[in-house]
Amino acid sequence: MIDLIVDPLAYDIFLRSLLAVVMVGVVCAVVGTYVVLKGLAFIGDAISHAAFPGVVAAYLMGGSYFIGAAIAAVSTALATRYITRRGNLRSDTTIGVLFAGMFALGIFLFSTIRGYVGDLFAILVGNVLAISPTDLVVLVILAAGTLVIVGILWKELLYATFDPLGAAASGLKVELLEYLFLALVALTIVVSLQAVGIILVVAMLVTPPAAAQLLTVRFGRLVTLAVAISVASSVIGLYLSFWLDVASGATIVLTQTAAFLVALFVGPRRGVLARRADTHHVPVPE
Amino acid sequence: MPDVQLRDVDAGYGETLALEHVALDVPRGSLVAVVGPNGAGKSTLLKLIAGLIKPWRGEVLVLGDAPGAHARQVAYVPQAEMVDWAFPVTVDQVVMMGRYPLLGPLRRPGSDDTAATDNALERVGMQHLRHRQIGALSGGQRRRVFLARAIATSAQVFLLDEPVTAIDPATQDDIMDLLGAEAAAGRTVIATTHDLACAAECFERVIAINRTIVADGPSSIALDAAVLARAYGGHLLRLDGGRVLVDDAHHHDAPPAHERHFHEGGRDS
Repeated sequence: MIDLIVDPLAYDIFLRSLLAVVMVGVVCAVVGTYVVLKGLAFIGDAISHAAFPGVVAAYLMGGSYFIGAAIAAVSTALATRYITRRGNLRSDTTIGVLFAGMFALGIFLFSTIRGYVGDLFAILVGNVLAISPTDLVVLVILAAGTLVIVGILWKELLYATFDPLGAAASGLKVELLEYLFLALVALTIVVSLQAVGIILVVAMLVTPPAAAQLLTVRFGRLVTLAVAISVASSVIGLYLSFWLDVASGATIVLTQTAAFLVALFVGPRRGVLARRADTHHVPVPE
Repeated sequence: MPDVQLRDVDAGYGETLALEHVALDVPRGSLVAVVGPNGAGKSTLLKLIAGLIKPWRGEVLVLGDAPGAHARQVAYVPQAEMVDWAFPVTVDQVVMMGRYPLLGPLRRPGSDDTAATDNALERVGMQHLRHRQIGALSGGQRRRVFLARAIATSAQVFLLDEPVTAIDPATQDDIMDLLGAEAAAGRTVIATTHDLACAAECFERVIAINRTIVADGPSSIALDAAVLARAYGGHLLRLDGGRVLVDDAHHHDAPPAHERHFHEGGRDS
């Protein structure tokens, strides 16, 4: 049993993957908590798909996929907000337009490539076990930078998320925070592409905070639990994919989904434990 | 100089004009109710003063400058529908949020902030429920908590959108007592309300609006049939003996498309 855990650690590539999924797990859970609270899950999905043309363009030009993905994802994220405000549209309408348009551009560029496209396929479905030392360094720097910014602005982001009008009236730059946050979501997605791929990255953002929401009603604990669930699922998922020799991204996401289902059916707020530990979400009589 | 001044202001959302030719002076220490039918522009007026929307025309001055210039001196409490009550924050966290703008990004809440939060919770009588999730409270208790958040900011100007709508009479009395005390202490309090009896009894001054100011005077005008006829138009039924009936169930103004609204039992728009 111990061997199953220790043996993979002898491989450099496994150690790199482990560090990558832990970093991705932490940054996705922290940023994802705000994504869930802001109701932006759909935007997360859209931004990840919007990164695709950037990845393909970087491939065609022989540049780093991080840079291509970051440019495409961040600019689409900011454009979503801008067009929503400018056109006075519902945000899901804007997202529907931009997301499909950007992904179509990616497929268009993709279809111009003649020959082997295995690396690009890895970006779609994720293959963390193929991560290079250079990619890992970029990943760690981007993830750490994102975490530092959220660490500095967590209060402001929390207030602006809970009560944007009250926060804006008291002097917080809510509009600016909104743009900054979307840029952070885009960077988080870029960081996660190698691990889980474009198609599944939204799960990294949404599933651990959603599971944590079933377990607590305090913001601080919510973030802590989301990080714990995210990192644990990522590590377990990575091991499972290694042992079973299956896709790492999908295995990680399935592990997170399992954690969510456990929280749903067993957790203290909604699950079978609810009857015992209850009284917390029942309105208090005057 | 008045704390709040509006000079010939027009304002609205998108293409829709919500308020026109609004001129208003609110001196320091006032306790003002803004009344009027649905869609009259009550919330718009508060948002103008809070700096949340910009006037199309005219000038708004808060504490002598454009709205937002002294934002930390302004506490704005939105309508209950604007808040996601399922949000995972506790009562004390909500009140502490009032302190965040004073702290700035790098500072964590310290003992001053805890003291201000404790004091505010004490004043509204919510100390005992401080660790509850905000949505686990009754409607009246939620209003108390948001009032505590305003008190914790030590702001000069309080802007409250429907602070006593749809809550029990005891809580309504308590909240009005607290607002009266704040005004007596020199704060300027402006609140919208649908409750004309409350406006007449508990406030010092009433501003009746219907796209523009139709009456502005001592609070007794809230029950003046002529004023109500001008403010409420067709929604007013005149009964025998000078009694009037206002057919105006509470519903907030149509929001801009990008605002999220929350109603009990699920999310809206």
